Amino acid sequence: MLDSVSEILRLQSAGEASAVEIASAALDRIETADGTINAFTHLNRELTLAAAADVDRRRSAGETLGPLAGVPVAVKDVLCTHDMPTTCSSKMLHNFHPPYDSGVVEKLRAADAVIVGKTNMDEFAMGASTENSAFGVTKNPWDTTRIPGGSSGGAAACVAASMVPISLGTDTGGSIRQPAAMCGVTGLKPTYGRVSRYGLIAFASSLDQVGPIGWSVQDIAPLMETIAGHDKRDSTSLNLDVGSYVDAIKGTDLTGIKIGMLRESMEAEGVDPTIKEAVKEAAKVFEKAGAELIDINLPHSEYWVPTYYVIAPSEASSNLSRYDGAHYGHRAADIETGAELGPLVTTYCRSRDEGFGAEVKRRIMLGTYALSEGYADDYYNKALKVRRLIKSDFDAAFSQVDLLLGPVTPTAAFPLGSKVDDPIQMYLCDLFTTGANLAGIPALSLPAGKDADGLPIAIQLQAPALEESRLLFAGSVFQLVTDHHTDRPNTERPDTTKGVQS
Amino acid sequence: MSDGYPTKTVIGLEVHVQLKTQTKLFCGCSTEFGAEPNTQVCPVCLGLPGALPVMNEAAIDLSVKAGLAIDCSIPPMTKWDRKQYFYPDLPKGYQISQFDLPICADGFIEIDDPASPGQIRKLGIIRAHLEEDAGKSMHDEAAGKGDTKIDLNRCGTPLLEIVSQPDMRSSDEAKAYLNELKLRMTHLGISDCEMQEGSLRVDANVNLHIDVDGKNVATPIVEVKNMNSFRAVERAIQYEIDRQYDIWEETGKTIKDEAKTTRGWDDESGKTFLQREKEESADYRYFPDPDLLPIRLPRDRVESIRASLGEMPAQIRQRLQGQYGIKPYDADVIVNQGVAMITYFETAATKSDDGKRTSSFIQQDVMRLMNERSISIEDYPVAAESLGDLLGRVAKGELDNGRARDVLAHMIDKGVSVDDAIKDLGIESVDNNEIEDLCRELLAANPAVVQDYKDGKKQAVGSLIGQAKKKNANANPQVVRQTLIQLIEQE
Repeated sequence: MLDSVSEILRLQSAGEASAVEIASAALDRIETADGTINAFTHLNRELTLAAAADVDRRRSAGETLGPLAGVPVAVKDVLCTHDMPTTCSSKMLHNFHPPYDSGVVEKLRAADAVIVGKTNMDEFAMGASTENSAFGVTKNPWDTTRIPGGSSGGAAACVAASMVPISLGTDTGGSIRQPAAMCGVTGLKPTYGRVSRYGLIAFASSLDQVGPIGWSVQDIAPLMETIAGHDKRDSTSLNLDVGSYVDAIKGTDLTGIKIGMLRESMEAEGVDPTIKEAVKEAAKVFEKAGAELIDINLPHSEYWVPTYYVIAPSEASSNLSRYDGAHYGHRAADIETGAELGPLVTTYCRSRDEGFGAEVKRRIMLGTYALSEGYADDYYNKALKVRRLIKSDFDAAFSQVDLLLGPVTPTAAFPLGSKVDDPIQMYLCDLFTTGANLAGIPALSLPAGKDADGLPIAIQLQAPALEESRLLFAGSVFQLVTDHHTDRPNTERPDTTKGVQS
Repeated sequence: MSDGYPTKTVIGLEVHVQLKTQTKLFCGCSTEFGAEPNTQVCPVCLGLPGALPVMNEAAIDLSVKAGLAIDCSIPPMTKWDRKQYFYPDLPKGYQISQFDLPICADGFIEIDDPASPGQIRKLGIIRAHLEEDAGKSMHDEAAGKGDTKIDLNRCGTPLLEIVSQPDMRSSDEAKAYLNELKLRMTHLGISDCEMQEGSLRVDANVNLHIDVDGKNVATPIVEVKNMNSFRAVERAIQYEIDRQYDIWEETGKTIKDEAKTTRGWDDESGKTFLQREKEESADYRYFPDPDLLPIRLPRDRVESIRASLGEMPAQIRQRLQGQYGIKPYDADVIVNQGVAMITYFETAATKSDDGKRTSSFIQQDVMRLMNERSISIEDYPVAAESLGDLLGRVAKGELDNGRARDVLAHMIDKGVSVDDAIKDLGIESVDNNEIEDLCRELLAANPAVVQDYKDGKKQAVGSLIGQAKKKNANANPQVVRQTLIQLIEQE
């Protein structure tokens, strides 16, 4: 199977397949499937094959290779790459070629991973459906009439469609976990500061975090181990040792682990009963593995979404100021000299009007308003205070339990176009995910079955800051006992023998 | 205006001082002045998407040092905020600055009151905050093209903005404040404070409080910008004082009728001109920069910086007076020239063992040449030791001040040592017998002078000193005078 990291590593070390053959198989699969799915914004066959050939050459020269040698990886198009454009799926950056690699991309290259391309997303990571992309929607491999989730929709869909085994997404309010849930794959949002944000094009700096997506915990653990760690170029990066996540997931016994069942999530309205059921089923699995279940409430969870939708747009309104048509990105043409606001301001206004999509503009306006003199105390500053209360809720909860269990999304993937005209409904997709971002804690989305329409649903585990090991361990135990993560969408299957020596 | 109502001038200064760090505030780019445009830039200071700022600790230390030098308190915690506005030389669309928790607060500077020397004026400082500089826009308006070129070399350079209380009452006080501020900043190596290079920039807020028959009437506040020397600041303020009074007389408009306006200074015409009609109450939407952590300033760090400050200019002034016996005014002149001059003076004065003479030679001869050649003391052609050597010989009576000036001029001209210059000029000390003979000769030839002296016109001997110098250039005038008087009185 080309969708397992360990299998890809084994094939190469056993001499059964070369990195070039594996990369070619991935590229062929993308060529076949991506016409429908549209997971990628940029592919470069030549670069990909050259990187793979380099791995093969060094392997045959007897060199020591990195932990992801020859493993094809897709990277969300919000992470800077020096050899590929980085667009944020925005017209504003359609021609932006960063002169540098992001911290995580550097680490991928150092681990000898083969970067196959950049994945589609909601513009500037703002959205929950990948419908806000300037390069077309990405479709859910389980049902191509439905959204893949967002904003890392391309990164989740390319794994779900077996184009690549693993990918990197980013999560500001659920953008890794929600698409992972909807695409039936596993996704981790790490602790804020655990992974470098250097070269991650900012949406909301205090919430953004890069994380791995793959079929299983087994697959994302080595990717997480690769990207985690201090980067002195990011002042918010934590200068702490990172243990081995690959080692952390060995074992089957959860004895001594206390898992909190999130009462608010289970009692929330508008949540698909099959999802609530899946959470309960999962709880039984954990209990059986030795964990103790405790009811927990997070009193301020009803304020997660409103708090998030003040803080994130506020930061975004500032972070996106630089796209003004003067330095890079889209610039409006033919500004007449007699323009009413003068040529400079007219260039700003028109470039931003033409370059940004509707959702981005909406959030810039929300954030600008929330930070304005006279309103900042009622919105931004108040949201900061509530954020502290939300964080205190988690601190209190984690003084009683080791992990929190609940749903990722209220529903499975919804039909394309069904919520695009209703931003509030779209924002409510983040009902269960924004808490982890506001508190800066790690959270894991695990496939947990299917809803009534046969669409993937998922559970979420959350852990205290820096406890990724515990989180991944519990997730791994869950996947040892269950087989939800081994389900594949009923699309044309990749020919796993293609390019592989028989 | 002098015929009008009694008027109090109110001046507050905002001074931007560029900190003398090797690298920029949030990246590793050089801060060197004068490089080719856009050659000292990187993804961080260009504001490229995805790039992140990393604070330069050296700028923090220099800011604390600056704050301590102007008697500010340093809070245990400070932070970074984003100040947001659109401008082409601001690539991120916001400036990283400090809003509500500046690194330095509540200080003061003392100056000698220009209106009554010897009296101290204490001028308050509200705050000093650290921020990154923007780039430089060069407007090319030739032929109505309206093109603007942007140089981002300066972008991200650390600036300390020092905001005074509106405590200054005259352009002289403003100038004295600036001189003292510059002196402290340069003395401590915090900044070069070169207005021409933009490493010191001054904005002046000026208005008048006019006493109209016991009722205080304030004129609208004007912020004056674009001044490129302290002299320009002085002139601009003076111009504003006159202009505001005239306008008030003409229109009667007070601070209640008109918002703050911004005016530029035109050095050539000597006038300010309107730049911005109404200060739009700009909303910068400040908020804490989420890319940077708050800065903790533990007491021991602040105290170790305080301990490293060493002697401040005011203390040096005191010490020079005591140690070298010079007057407060002279100590002031030397100290105000900066560290290099203080060192030069002390070296020369120690060598000569005559502080007063050294001080007066430096203020007259040395500084004159520095002005003529527009050079700093570092480039002055005679070393402090050599000047001290020369003046020491004067003190011992080996030669007089006049001859010493000849020797100094010769040393500068020929680049020779004190000994060689004295030799070249044929200077040798004249012994007292020789002088006495010379004086007898002169007195014999000028009986009228002797009579005048005896009649009480003591200054009459002065004419003979000149004659003595003509007959023997090496004759020390002091000695000649004494000898002449002695001889007359012995008669």
